[in-house]
Amino acid sequence: MRHIISVLLENEAGALSRVAGLFSARGYNIESLSVAPTEDPTLSRMTLVTAGSDEIIEQITKQLNKLIDVVKVQDLTEGSHIEREMLLIKVNAVGAMREEVKRLVDIFRGRVIDVTDRAYTIELTGNGEKLDAFIEAVRGAGIVEVVRSGVLGIARGDKGLRVDDKQAQAAAPRAAASAAG
Amino acid sequence: MPLTEPSGRPCVPAFEATVELTGAEIFVRCLQDEGVEYIFGYPGGAALHIYDALYKQNKIKHVLVRHEQGAAHAADGYARATGRPGCVLVTSGPGVTNTVTGIATAFMDSSPLVVFSGQVSTKYIGQDAFQECDAIGITRPCVKHNFLVKDVRDLAMTIKKAFYIATTGRPGPVLVDIPKDVTANRAVYHYPESVYLRSYNPTLKGHPGQIKKAVELILSAKRPMVYTGGGIIMSDAAEELTEFVRLLGFPCTNTLMGLGGFPGTDPLFVGMLGMHGTYEANMAMHQCDVLIAIGARFDDRVTGDVDKFCPHARIIHIDVDPTSISKNVAAEIPIVGSAKLVLQDMIRLIKASKKRPDAAALAAWWRQIEQWRALKCLEYDRTSELIKPQFVIEKLYEVTGGDAFVTSDVGQHQMWAAQFYKFDKPRRWINSGGLGTMGFGLPAAIGVQLAYPKQTVCCITGEASVQMCIQELSTCKQYDVPIKIINLNNRYMGMVRQWQEFFYDRRYSHSYMDALPDFRKLAEAYGHVGITVDKPGDVEGALREALRMKDRLVFLDFITDQTENVYPMIESGKGHNEMQLAPRLATLVSTDRELA
Repeated sequence: MRHIISVLLENEAGALSRVAGLFSARGYNIESLSVAPTEDPTLSRMTLVTAGSDEIIEQITKQLNKLIDVVKVQDLTEGSHIEREMLLIKVNAVGAMREEVKRLVDIFRGRVIDVTDRAYTIELTGNGEKLDAFIEAVRGAGIVEVVRSGVLGIARGDKGLRVDDKQAQAAAPRAAASAAG
Repeated sequence: MPLTEPSGRPCVPAFEATVELTGAEIFVRCLQDEGVEYIFGYPGGAALHIYDALYKQNKIKHVLVRHEQGAAHAADGYARATGRPGCVLVTSGPGVTNTVTGIATAFMDSSPLVVFSGQVSTKYIGQDAFQECDAIGITRPCVKHNFLVKDVRDLAMTIKKAFYIATTGRPGPVLVDIPKDVTANRAVYHYPESVYLRSYNPTLKGHPGQIKKAVELILSAKRPMVYTGGGIIMSDAAEELTEFVRLLGFPCTNTLMGLGGFPGTDPLFVGMLGMHGTYEANMAMHQCDVLIAIGARFDDRVTGDVDKFCPHARIIHIDVDPTSISKNVAAEIPIVGSAKLVLQDMIRLIKASKKRPDAAALAAWWRQIEQWRALKCLEYDRTSELIKPQFVIEKLYEVTGGDAFVTSDVGQHQMWAAQFYKFDKPRRWINSGGLGTMGFGLPAAIGVQLAYPKQTVCCITGEASVQMCIQELSTCKQYDVPIKIINLNNRYMGMVRQWQEFFYDRRYSHSYMDALPDFRKLAEAYGHVGITVDKPGDVEGALREALRMKDRLVFLDFITDQTENVYPMIESGKGHNEMQLAPRLATLVSTDRELA
């Protein structure tokens, strides 16, 4: 089964490779992975999409927690959550297709963010299925290139994945560190 | 670097506030303040500032090995024998790559090691500089954690963290990579008294509700089995385990890593379990109704085929590492915590409980176990005119009074040592269980002997394994390390030969060692004593003679029976009840039928 796992980790050089190394060393698959620093520059937030049996997912969350750089792990799939992915796509826009592509962008609530006389560059967000559907819809026009961000996930409700007060207090003040990885 | 500690007090004591030390001096001060006694290492360009600082002090004793792998194993042996972290210091590039086997060995067996590697100066990192390698990247999969120190002001805190991480929770190796310019740059020295990491906080105290449930299940067992591993040794829980098992009168088995966790001579001990475990231990595992696993990780060499593992058992699993629980075998009652603390809690609850184990059921269970035990599955041919390797270990056990520290390499000799030397105390049996590193035994013995200079330290090895780190005989000479090397020389990689005999139709592909050195002369060339023994009648005399030479390293080369195999054996993919017994016994009992 597909799981979306959120990881809060120290924004340290090498932290990302520890996570990636764990997945390759233990033969877990990563469908997508996205990571960036949070509002607290000492922390990065990672969203991982993976698949596996309940036993494997349990091992994945335990193994992630065991990494020294990992502060918190949450399997978003266990509760109600929202996921989004961003798509940047460049599509041929010539002749009759120029209008048709524009209509499709409107239907999918996307935006044309760059235009030439031969192509549109389009921005679209949503869940993976919606992005897949859009790519299928514009395929006939001719796709020049596709860039997807990987899934971002967040739990519904008023609670957040944060360090505890005690953890926050003990965090060493640090100059803005380099991005994880 | 933090300006204040969590408590809010300033990091830097006023009187030292203005004194700046070089990174190399800070390094040495940190190790002194950490109470490091020995550091095993080998110098080289990137580590020279540190070596210079070591030269100017006399608190920390540096042991110069002959190959960096030996440094890691020696520090590992020291750590396992003492419970204190072992320290290694090597240079960049080949210095650190040579330690990788030793680091991986420590990692697989959860041994607390702190490895310091020199690195090229920060401005050269990534430039493919001389003796540069990505030490952090190369060691990442086989360390508990590693650090690259980029600023001398972070050095002391990083070293503190390294020792803290290596020794707490499930212990393991930590590598600290220190670029050369960091060891030259200056900073104010302050060694933090304690360290807190928001992302690392191992659970030591078991969950009271889970412990209560476990005790209820334990007290209701009719065919209980206690199965314990290296976690008992690591958490110094041997005393608690012994009390727990004796309080209940349950049978107890130890893994290869757990030997000595429960007294090997106690009647409640049924021997080691697993691939080369005893008949009684494996049969009891197969038939038990409640399995109490403590500080063990259900390794494949222990479980055999997991689908056939303990088919009748409800499983309690106690381990400090949550990832060990339900990784290979699902546990009904998982308890995350230190074996020592959880055992203390369980003992308290059992004593407070009015309930006692079902005495009649337990007596019947023991009658069954005694029947299995009566098979004497380890018995071997005592009439042979060739030296049987088992006989050598038995004699060694006798002449050392069962009280030696024993290290081993990997293979048949390791299994015979585990089967025939009965360890009554923890930390006496030191071997590479997880990674199975040939070459471990000799350097590990150096670490043990330095930690306990007055004790008898024996390295049980084979002619193949010992040659993998044979150069450390030179280290032994330099530091007067009087270990006793028991070389079971069968002119074969014995375990490989055994598998080829059983599973490859006796095609002995490259398992024969042609052109072996004369080990007696080799030992003498290194300045030690060498003795060759080729008759069973001379075994005991030679061992006694070697032990009398308390201040000399003695290399005993026993020319043993080439054809001897380790029994019982569970073939890969088989269950505990599908042991292959010694040919003499195989006709007496059909283990499969017995369970029908």
